[in-house]
Amino acid sequence: MVDVLIQNGRVIDPANKIDEVCDVWIADGKVAGVGKFSGDATQTIDAKDLIVCPGLIDMHVHLREPGEEWKEDIESGSRAAIAGGVTSICTMPNTEPCIDHAGIVLQVIARAKEIGLCNLHPIAAVSRNLKGKELTEMRELSRSGAVAFSDDGKPIWHAGVMRKALEYSSSFDYLIIQHAEEKQLTEGGAINEGWVSTQLGVLGMPVEGEDSMIARDIMLTRRVQARYHVAHISTKGAVEQVRLAQQEGLKVTTEAAPHHFALTEDEVLNFNADAKMSPPLRTEEDRLAVIEGLRDGTIEVIATDHAPHHEDDKRCGLSCAAFGIVGLETMLPISLDLERAGVLSMSDLIAKMTCNPAQLLNLPEGSLAEGRAADICIFDPKAEWVLNREKLFSKGRNTPWHGRTMTGQVLYTLKDGRVVFEKGEVHD
Amino acid sequence: MLKPLFGLKHIFGIADLNREQITSLVNLGDDFIDINTRSVKKEPTLRGRTVINLFFENSTRTRTSFEIAGKRLSADVINISASTSATKKGETLLDTGQTLAAMQPHVLVIRHSVAGTCEFLSEFLDNTALINAGDGSHEHPTQILTDLLTLKHNIGDVAGKTMTIVGDIAHSRVARSHMLAAKIMGYKVRIVAPKTLLPAFVENYDCEIFHDFDEALQGTDILYMLRVQTERLTTNCCFPSIREYHETYGLNMKRLKAAGDHCMVMHPGPMNRGVEIATDVADSMKSLILEQVEHGVAVRMAALTALCGGATEE
Ligand SMILES: [Zn+2]
Ligand SMILES: [Zn+2]
Repeated sequence: MVDVLIQNGRVIDPANKIDEVCDVWIADGKVAGVGKFSGDATQTIDAKDLIVCPGLIDMHVHLREPGEEWKEDIESGSRAAIAGGVTSICTMPNTEPCIDHAGIVLQVIARAKEIGLCNLHPIAAVSRNLKGKELTEMRELSRSGAVAFSDDGKPIWHAGVMRKALEYSSSFDYLIIQHAEEKQLTEGGAINEGWVSTQLGVLGMPVEGEDSMIARDIMLTRRVQARYHVAHISTKGAVEQVRLAQQEGLKVTTEAAPHHFALTEDEVLNFNADAKMSPPLRTEEDRLAVIEGLRDGTIEVIATDHAPHHEDDKRCGLSCAAFGIVGLETMLPISLDLERAGVLSMSDLIAKMTCNPAQLLNLPEGSLAEGRAADICIFDPKAEWVLNREKLFSKGRNTPWHGRTMTGQVLYTLKDGRVVFEKGEVHD
Repeated sequence: MLKPLFGLKHIFGIADLNREQITSLVNLGDDFIDINTRSVKKEPTLRGRTVINLFFENSTRTRTSFEIAGKRLSADVINISASTSATKKGETLLDTGQTLAAMQPHVLVIRHSVAGTCEFLSEFLDNTALINAGDGSHEHPTQILTDLLTLKHNIGDVAGKTMTIVGDIAHSRVARSHMLAAKIMGYKVRIVAPKTLLPAFVENYDCEIFHDFDEALQGTDILYMLRVQTERLTTNCCFPSIREYHETYGLNMKRLKAAGDHCMVMHPGPMNRGVEIATDVADSMKSLILEQVEHGVAVRMAALTALCGGATEE
């Protein structure tokens, strides 16, 4: 007798090289087996024509708790995550106060556990109070549960501080995640610098802002032999630099956000503030370079940079609006376009949202191996639905995909063997 | 509801207008010039209409121009100056727009430092026509219509003529709107500036680009001098000094003569005498600058009439 039996789905578990139609069964909140099951189950889910995979991991999420809970709190963020098939999120430290000491790490983890819908792994700040001056206590932060370090939202702009951060973190094999943006080139900018920014008369952010900081960081990574991860890569030049660094054998990795491989700067031609984020939507050439990076493996991870904002912070004109869009609930359908376009196999695509980030951050999730926590996503890759921002589980309404048809729908999300999301409903 | 003329619901920018609409607005403006020179400068065209001038940026000229335009056509004109900083905290731009729209004016004339302000507000305001009186570095359509009316009077058809725009193209809504209008109306635009004052891919406007002012003079029919924001110029490293600016891009008599006798001078105002334009040039026979100001009122009368002067629709 097992607790849950997921029958006849196409089980894709890239960590264990599984892609076949079979069953997954669960006992005591853990995966008890993958294969052909015979016996009884308390609960049976018919997964015929559906895909069964490990719960997705989104390693780049901004929740606004503590400090700005009206934008998003851990509860609403958790609900948005499981609605998107995501069972583990790594949260960026730019809260208020920011995650720069162990107490806050423990606090946000405890809060997520209490809610019990989604695993939360904090990414702690590199510098105290995100000021870019003094390093945080990375040893203690790591012991408390921080899985990586980043000042995301801001770059670590000072080259000397960055060098020290890479030296110190690499002494203990920690990962530094950089929001690569040379502010001296992007100050005041709202969208990509180019023909679109010129037509709108809106100050742009040139690709060199991203590219030049990555170039600097790769040099430092080479000297220090550190682990360096580029957040939300968005330019052709950045993808090329990361590819070359990897060919050289440096431990440089990167992630792409769905909006950067699905959309271009043309989205803001009507001054749409819901398509404003940092780094901004770029040109078609950049978009195709990001897709090529995903195809050839330069970009190992898909992560959303989920950034909920209150409407007041978006409804004030493009150049004044806050940066960021929500992404947890659209990550899977938008990413599935890569499979449909023949860029990635279904297994390789799922790997970028499961075992690849798990490996990068040493997380136990992202695998259906026997004995692992039964965090599972079950989706219909062909189901079509129309995104309505008013129906999002996130408190954020800031999405550029409002009103557009999504292909691919999460039907069930299981966390520790419990069905926490089922056909549009969250089971608290 | 009023039935707007020329198929115009709002006037956001030249980008949204077609040739017929531009020509109609300019010609209607032409018809209004005469009112402005009479001793009794009042017509009942817009009686019972309410126009609100909502200016978030200081601009006495443009605001006054709209105010006089409305009043001469008997509209009730209300001026509101809102500072951008005051709207940042507390009441938002949207609140201000919605509050004023709730008072049911026919037209809101808006000047704001944020590009796309009218486009943004129009999504939330249903029954109010909006006129963009300048939004950031984006567009300034009534200035361009004004210039076209002045050119109609002084050189006739603009098609095939060459306008040379000199100065801070990167931050100029006037330059952008002219480059768009040039494509529609068939005139050519040359732009003259160092790269620090040019926006990305400006060549996509099909304009000719010059860094050397003197090279651009030959074959120019209209010299269009942009106002220099003296504070911005040096602090942003866009230019080393005002002195060097005047030397390199200022219009003096020598340059005006080199351009040829047919060449006219325009400026959207207000001028910095001795910076982008020498005093003797500004006051010369070739200068159309005061005529632009005069025609500005006529064109704004046309714009207001187009949006709220039509017959009432049941
Ligand atoms: Zn970032
Ligand atoms: Zn981020």
